[in-house]
Amino acid sequence: MDLLLEGFATALTPTNLLFAVIGVLLGTAVGVLPGIGPAMTVALLLPVTYSVEPSSALIMFAGIYYGGMYGGSTTSILLNTPGESSSVVTALEGNKMAKKGRAAQALATAAIGSFVAGTIGTVLLVILAPNIADLVVKLGAPSYFAIMLLALFAVTAVLGTSKLRGFIALFLGLSIGLIGTTTGQARLTFGEAKLADGIDIVVVAVAIFAIGEALWVAAHLRRKPLDIIPVGQPWMSRSDWGRSWKPWLRGTAFGFPFGALPAGGAEVPTFLSYITERRLTKHPEEFGNGAIEGVAGPEAANNASAAGTLVPLLAIGLPTTATAAVILVAIQSYGLQPGPQFLDSNPELVWGLLASLFIANTLLLVINLPLAPVWAKLLQIPRPYLYAGILFFASLGAFSVNFDAFDLALLGVLGLLGLAMRRFGLPVLPLIIGVILGPRVENQLAEALAISQGDVSTLWSEPVAVVVYVVMALLLVGTIVAGRRAGAAAPGPEKKEEVSA
Amino acid sequence: MSAHTEQRLEESGPSRGRVVDTAQYGLAAFLLVVGVVVLVDAAGLEKGFADQPVQPYAFGFVIGSVLVALAALLAVATWRGDVAEAEDGEDIDLTQGSDWATVAKLGVVFVIVVLTISWLGWAIVGAFLFAGTARVLGSRTLILDVAIGTALSLLTWYGFYVGLGIPIPAGVLDGVL
Repeated sequence: MDLLLEGFATALTPTNLLFAVIGVLLGTAVGVLPGIGPAMTVALLLPVTYSVEPSSALIMFAGIYYGGMYGGSTTSILLNTPGESSSVVTALEGNKMAKKGRAAQALATAAIGSFVAGTIGTVLLVILAPNIADLVVKLGAPSYFAIMLLALFAVTAVLGTSKLRGFIALFLGLSIGLIGTTTGQARLTFGEAKLADGIDIVVVAVAIFAIGEALWVAAHLRRKPLDIIPVGQPWMSRSDWGRSWKPWLRGTAFGFPFGALPAGGAEVPTFLSYITERRLTKHPEEFGNGAIEGVAGPEAANNASAAGTLVPLLAIGLPTTATAAVILVAIQSYGLQPGPQFLDSNPELVWGLLASLFIANTLLLVINLPLAPVWAKLLQIPRPYLYAGILFFASLGAFSVNFDAFDLALLGVLGLLGLAMRRFGLPVLPLIIGVILGPRVENQLAEALAISQGDVSTLWSEPVAVVVYVVMALLLVGTIVAGRRAGAAAPGPEKKEEVSA
Repeated sequence: MSAHTEQRLEESGPSRGRVVDTAQYGLAAFLLVVGVVVLVDAAGLEKGFADQPVQPYAFGFVIGSVLVALAALLAVATWRGDVAEAEDGEDIDLTQGSDWATVAKLGVVFVIVVLTISWLGWAIVGAFLFAGTARVLGSRTLILDVAIGTALSLLTWYGFYVGLGIPIPAGVLDGVL
C-alpha cells in the first residue's frame, strides 16, 4: 500500500501527469482513427524512449493502451466497422443503438463501463503482479524456458482462425530473431556489419504495424465516404444505468483472467460477455436491435483484459498482445527487463506505472465523455493525409534509431512483408512475439543446459515446467479435437479452418 | 465478423468449384527460400565453444526445417483450395480488386527517400515523403500537401533536436536549420 502511495507520488508530478494526459488523448485519438491502433501508436512513439525518462514514457504508453481500447468502441458504435478485433462485438449492438438515435447512451455505457472495468482490473493487477512475481522469482531456467514455449505456442495455436498461418508468422518472426551475433557467431547477417546487432525491434515493429497497414489500406482504399452517425453529449437515463452495471461487472470478470492468460487477448472474453448478456437479459427482444447490455458487457471485458495483460508482462516479462509486446520493447530499450526482479529492482518505476493506470482511467472518463463529438469529427480526416502521416512518422521512427538510410531500407522491405502478411491472412502477433521471445528462449535453454552441464533431463526437472508442458499438451489435443469437429461439421474437399469463435 | 461469413458463403456457395489462390504458392515459395537460407546459414556456422551447451546452429536448423515443412503444408493447403482471409478494416474495401499500382507508386516514393536521405536530410526528404505519398493516395491539392509536409518535417526535426535532444542529421541544410 505504501508502495502504491509512493507510486501516486511519482505519477502525480506535473511532468508525468502531462504525459498521462498526452497518452490518454493520443490513445483515444488513434483508437478512433481508422487504420491505426494502440500497438502501432506505441511503435511509432518508440523514439521518445531515447530521451524521455522511463517512468514518463511508460505512463504515456499505459495511457495510450487504455485510451486505444476505449477509442475503438467509438468507431464501432458510430461506423459499424470496428478497427480493432477486440471491438468487433461492440459493433453488433452499439451500431444498432446509434442507428436508433441512442449513440449517446451507447458511448456513455462504453466509457463508464471501461472506467469501472479498468479500475477493478488495475486493482487486481496491483494485488496479483507482486505476488506472482514472488512465485516466479523462485523458478529456474527450465521453467522459464517452458513458460516461454507455452506463450509462443498459445499465441500461435489458440488465437486466430488458421493455425497454419499462425505458425508461418511465428517462424518468420523467429528467423528475424536469429539475425545477429548474440551467440558469438554471425547468423544470417550475410556479411553485413550493420546486421551484427540484429534488426532493431523498433524497425520491425514499425514496419509490420505501420508500413504494412498503410500499404494494405493503399491497395484497398475505400472510395466512397463512410456513413458516420452524428452524436451529441453522451448521457444515460436511470434505466440505462440499471441495465448497465451488472454487465459491466460480468464483463470485467470475463476480461481480466483472459487478458492475464498467455493466449487470452480481448476477442474471446468480449464474445463470451456478449453471449452471456444475451442469455441473461430481461429484454431479449432488443438484442440484435441495439440492446445496451450488449455494449456495456463487451466494452468492460475489453478494458479489463487490457489490465489483465499487464500481469504477465510485468511479473514474468511475457507479452500476450501486440500492444503489450511493443510496450515490452519500449521497456527493454531502457535496458530494463520486466520479470520477477523488475518489481524489486525498479519499485519507483513499476508502482508509478500502476498508479498512473488509475489516473489514466479517470482521465479517460473525465476527458472522453465531453469530447465524444470531437472524436467523432476525427473520423472525417482526409484519408490521404492520414496514411501519408502514418508513413511519415513510421519513417521518422525508423530513421531516428541510428540515422542510417539502411534502417529505412529495412523498414521498406519488412513493410512489404507486413503487406504480404495482410494479403495472405498471416496474423501479426505471432511474428512480433517470435522476434522478441525467440532469442530469450534460446538464452534460457542455454542457461538451463549450462547449469545441468548438458543434461537434457533438466528441462523437466522442475514441477512448474512439467505442469506447463502438460498444459501445452492439453492445448494441442484441444486444438486438434476442435479442428476435427469443425472438419466433421463441414465435410468436403474445401474444408477451411473456420473455427472462429 | 458477419460480413466475413457472408462473403465466404458467396465464394463457396453457388460456384462450388475449387478456388485456388495461386498467389499463395508464391508465399509458399518465399517460405521455402527463407527456410533454405536459414538452413544453409546454420550449416555454415563453425562449432562454437565446447562449453556452449546450445550450439549457434541448433536453433537455425530447427527454425529452417520447420519453415521448409510449413512451406510444403501451405502449398498442399493451397492446392486443396485454402483461401486466405485478407485483413479487414475501417478504410478497407475488399469488394473491389487490389490496387497494386498505388502500392508500387508508394514504393517509388519510398525508394527515393531511402536514396536521398543521407544527402538531403530529414527536413527536405520528410516533406517530400508526406507530399508524395499524399498525392499518390489521391490528394489533389499539391501546394497544401507540400506546405503540410514541410511544416511536419520542420516541426519534427526541431522537436527531436530541441525537445527530445535527438540530433537528426540536417543533411544539405546543415547550418541553415
